[in-house]
Amino acid sequence: MSSMILTAVIVLGITGLILAVVLFFISKKFAVEEDPRVVQINEILPGANCGGCGYPGCAAFAENCVKKGSLKGMRCSAASGEVMQQIAEILGDVVEQTTPKVAVVRCNGSCENRPRINVYDGASRCAIAHMMSGGETGCAFGCLGCGDCVEACKFDAIRMNPETGLPEVDQDKCTACGMCVSACPRNIIELRNKNKLDRRIFVSCVNKDKGPVAKKACAVACIGCGKCVKACQFEAITLENNLAYIDFEKCRLCRKCVDECPQHSILAVNFPERKKPAVEENVQTNQ
Amino acid sequence: MNMKKTFTIGGVHPDENKLTATKPICELGLPKQAVYPLSQHIGAPSVPCVAKGDLVNVGTKIADAGGFMSAVIHSGVSGKVAKVDTVVDASGYRKPAIYIDVVDDVWEPTIDRSEDLVKECNLTPEEIIAKIKDAGIVGLGGACFPTHVKLMPPKDCKIDSLVINAVECEPYLTADHRLMLEHPDEIVVGVQILLKALGINKAFIGIEENKPDAIELLQSKVASVQGVEVVKLKTKYPQGGEKQLIEAVTGRQVPPPPALPASVGVVVQNVGTVYAVYQAVQKNKPLFERIVTVTGKSVQNPANLLVRMGTPISQVIEYAGGMPEDTAKLISGGPMMGRPLLNADVPVVKGTSGVLMLPEADAIRKEEQHCIRCSKCVQACPMGLEPYLLATCGELSDWERAEQEWIMSCIECGCCQSSCPSHRPLLDWVRLTKNKVGGIIRSRNTK
Repeated sequence: MSSMILTAVIVLGITGLILAVVLFFISKKFAVEEDPRVVQINEILPGANCGGCGYPGCAAFAENCVKKGSLKGMRCSAASGEVMQQIAEILGDVVEQTTPKVAVVRCNGSCENRPRINVYDGASRCAIAHMMSGGETGCAFGCLGCGDCVEACKFDAIRMNPETGLPEVDQDKCTACGMCVSACPRNIIELRNKNKLDRRIFVSCVNKDKGPVAKKACAVACIGCGKCVKACQFEAITLENNLAYIDFEKCRLCRKCVDECPQHSILAVNFPERKKPAVEENVQTNQ
Repeated sequence: MNMKKTFTIGGVHPDENKLTATKPICELGLPKQAVYPLSQHIGAPSVPCVAKGDLVNVGTKIADAGGFMSAVIHSGVSGKVAKVDTVVDASGYRKPAIYIDVVDDVWEPTIDRSEDLVKECNLTPEEIIAKIKDAGIVGLGGACFPTHVKLMPPKDCKIDSLVINAVECEPYLTADHRLMLEHPDEIVVGVQILLKALGINKAFIGIEENKPDAIELLQSKVASVQGVEVVKLKTKYPQGGEKQLIEAVTGRQVPPPPALPASVGVVVQNVGTVYAVYQAVQKNKPLFERIVTVTGKSVQNPANLLVRMGTPISQVIEYAGGMPEDTAKLISGGPMMGRPLLNADVPVVKGTSGVLMLPEADAIRKEEQHCIRCSKCVQACPMGLEPYLLATCGELSDWERAEQEWIMSCIECGCCQSSCPSHRPLLDWVRLTKNKVGGIIRSRNTK
């Protein structure tokens, strides 16, 4: 009986030994040479696989970084500056200085500002609502409120506010990967510069209808009056298709346009409250 | 062999609710202002050829075709062009449109307004097609495919038969039914004109058996006409779908896209289109009015109306006794394939076959539940697709798989959604997926 056990152990032991030797030589002969830097970079990347860099996942990003040998034109939007610095060190490169950005929802058509005149009862997806009808309100450009952007966000940075029916971006969590931008069928969300102290000024409307039509649909719609264009000293505002747009590269955050706008459709975010009570309501926003 | 003819795969039979089948066609009065959206058909939008202040008559061309796959638009009223602006059309979005303020009712002198039947047609096929093109005729079944394009099939397809779609499989709608009862002679002449234009001599008129009076009447009319045959079909939705009708009538199956009905040698035309062809070719009357069924279970005075295009739908509703209080949904077209309207100011266009006011009990969708794998949608699909799978591909954004599962064959008839016991919005998802995959295929082809 004991000899049987012994035979089994010896046979298995010898087989294992032979296979180990074979495997050792095979692994030497057919070894895939992988740049250790790819592994290193992949390890320090956030690993969300969000696709914000334009590559299918973090591993592909790491591989392409090493292939290029530099960080030129490559950026992981989810990684902090520190991580990018580390990646640059691994590659022996310097980090390209880019302005940090944040997603901005350019629609302020809350239930109060933009009354619902219809009921949409199809599948709860903005893409479908956009394709099938003009939406529940009179505005055919504004937020549909089904939350495609919330679903697209891999960082839990967008939430629907049930009171306003609009999505809200958590500026601390937002990595500006741009997934919400491409998820929105109406191109409402835009990546804008974060600026100092996270201060931002933007036209919170994308309605291209003529003034009276837009105004009828929404109390805070841009009517394309052009007052902001005249008020701006830095030529940062352009008016096209009855809609004003503020170029965030040119904007100096002076807030002149905010005061001028008769529709209160230009929002100033994260500014300290002004003493003048007239503009109070513009400053208060959760964006 | 006594089986009634119909298509073989799938299909449903919703309640017919043909409330207006016995109501004769009445003429609706003129509107104060008529609005003509520039994209009323499949293809490129039309290009306006009038400007603000121009005077137009009934039948005056107001917009040119925007390409080969496009159609001209004629004014249905006489008066002055008020502006060329935008209007919210049935899609819910603002589209360019021509506004005309109505003054009197002056018709173009070239139009033959007499009731006499003109049987003789001495034109060549090319001349007939040119006349149809100039009259702005599009498929009046609802899809609005330019008719002249259909009459010029690709050269490699040999056409041998014409199928006239007179099934009107949508519940509620009776516009085609009434047309057949009141203008059978014109329809028969129209069929002969189309046969001449196509250079063939075999036509079938497919009618569902729920319209026995129309079948009998047309049968007696075509008895003396060679090559034209009335085919009685079993009542089943969506028999009015081009591919379903071809199978029901001729037994031929159209292969999946990009194959066309012409690939199996058939051209299909709606019976309303045939009547419009008769009027255009024999009476010089362009397409500027159509029959619209205005109906609904609680509507006071449901009717079949002859409406000038451009008339706001609100006026049609007014004729029918106003919108009932319990209306939950206003639909342009039938309940299966129609579009819910955002407001009643939308004008009647070439594709408006009906105005339907559904009460709450019929209109409100029930709460969506999980798929229970009952495969009712698969059994109902007349194209032999798997709607639950296509919808799931859409939910997961798996466009590649959806394309492999033949999403582009979907005819968006809605059989799947109406048969789903879990009330899943299958058609919504399938439409989205089809839209996306269509875009991907188009961009791939242009590369």
